[in-house]
Amino acid sequence: MLVSNIKSRPVYGGLKVDVAARRHLVAAEGEGALAVIDAFGAHPEALARTTLLYAAGGSAGEDHAARLAAFRPDDLFVMPSQPTLITRLNVILNTATMGTRLYAAGVEGFIGSVVAAGMAHGVDQASIRTEHRGSLARRVQCVHCKGMTENVTVSPVTCSHCGIPLLVRDHYSRRLGAFQGVSIDAETPGDVPPAEELYA
Amino acid sequence: MTIQFKNETFRDDFTFSNSPEAIQRFPFPFDKDEYMYAVNIEQHMPGPAKSTTEFPIDIDEHYVSEMRDRALVLKEDPLRCQALPHMLTAEWDLVELLMEQMSKHYPEHFSLTRDGDKWRWVNRPLGIDQHFTFGDTATLPYPPMEYVTRQCQGDFALIDQRNDMLWMDAGMITTQADWSLDFDIGMSWTEWHGPVPLAHEMGVMDRALKFMLNLQQGRPVRRLNWTMTINPRLDTSPENYHKWGIDRTTVTPENVGDKVHLRVELQALWRLPRSNAIVFSIRAYMIKMEELVTVPKWGRRLHRVLRDLRPELADYKGLTRFRDMTVDYLARHDDGAPTSPGFFPD
Repeated sequence: MLVSNIKSRPVYGGLKVDVAARRHLVAAEGEGALAVIDAFGAHPEALARTTLLYAAGGSAGEDHAARLAAFRPDDLFVMPSQPTLITRLNVILNTATMGTRLYAAGVEGFIGSVVAAGMAHGVDQASIRTEHRGSLARRVQCVHCKGMTENVTVSPVTCSHCGIPLLVRDHYSRRLGAFQGVSIDAETPGDVPPAEELYA
Repeated sequence: MTIQFKNETFRDDFTFSNSPEAIQRFPFPFDKDEYMYAVNIEQHMPGPAKSTTEFPIDIDEHYVSEMRDRALVLKEDPLRCQALPHMLTAEWDLVELLMEQMSKHYPEHFSLTRDGDKWRWVNRPLGIDQHFTFGDTATLPYPPMEYVTRQCQGDFALIDQRNDMLWMDAGMITTQADWSLDFDIGMSWTEWHGPVPLAHEMGVMDRALKFMLNLQQGRPVRRLNWTMTINPRLDTSPENYHKWGIDRTTVTPENVGDKVHLRVELQALWRLPRSNAIVFSIRAYMIKMEELVTVPKWGRRLHRVLRDLRPELADYKGLTRFRDMTVDYLARHDDGAPTSPGFFPD
């Protein structure tokens, strides 16, 4: 669980199964599978009404996908990457009906992407149940070129799009699912301090 | 009272300056010799004649040049103007508010004629004569918020209210003091003020939020905020920080009076009638130190405010690199005499 005094950062309340939901739409990434197993393991009756999307990511060797399959949810989509999972999620959200509860578990950037997809389909962000698992790596938006750099564990970090060295600020956008990166040497061109491992 | 609009720039050769009349009406933000955050919100009542608060929307000698600079910013970066889809009603509310205020108080420059929802808007300084149907976006050349704010000085945020919280859901932000609309859009009040030091712990943010949730239609409020800018640059966005940040290293004892500007934001808040959203207008005024010290009380007082400013505030406002040089310059204009209470020149 992330503990932080960053006012803009969301609080992740944990994956609690909503027993009143008519449909459970669960998106998980990497170690987030363990949160799903913990939550739905206690509510096996909910699985017949559950659509589960999973991208193994860095946890592929752990074979969480097989454990999720053994749960026998109504639908299981094992997707090769986070972006393909979000694409599939958007298709499902397009035709989702009243009584659907959305859940997200995994690294922070992934949760942010799922919440953003939900919001784009009119889901109140406060109603989405979320749990952080795995790395503290950040998704960083370069404020200059708007490019997203994924899995950032250090600051400063070089923008993977425009190449500007960025200070990773403790300011988080839920809509973008990202922290803000701002030029670190604008006032001292070329003088970039060594990268420190801060968010491993 | 016809305004003589100046032809000046806020970038490259920086020809911006204030006339003697503009200096006299500058909204100096310090009513005593020290500064700390406060919920300094007051009713947006008409101020003295010719002051920046005489009318709810202030149009001044920089109008035409500022609108040209805004157009340049938008050409380079259209993301400075964004609105979430549910804010369309609030956008039209803003069209009405600004057109009504501008035409009422500056009739020689702007006029609004209404026949039901068939409206005609004339903006003489910018050479615009527009017939449109109020509420029909297709009858304007831009979306409603963008259309009207391309013609009004100051930045504008449109703030939605739901679940006892305020949400920054639309805005035209081209003259900001280092915050990004593109990053903050969709955020709650607490989230978008996340990076402000000290204020949360002091309870200022919670008190201000409570006040704003109760804002009544027809009773706008205002406050002043301030920072300092090197060169009279309106666009000090984080988006372009890698271009303007270097300016902060160019201040020398020789040029400090010309380069360092006090930048004051006259911020006002209005409740809107149809959408129940809130307009947050942020009108920026800039004055260089050489101009400021022509008002002896202001030179004296700003010297004391800057000298005694808490380091974390100086840092947050980006003053650290040039603060000492500015304090040294202003010290030469501080004879040690007491300053009178209040904002206005003696």
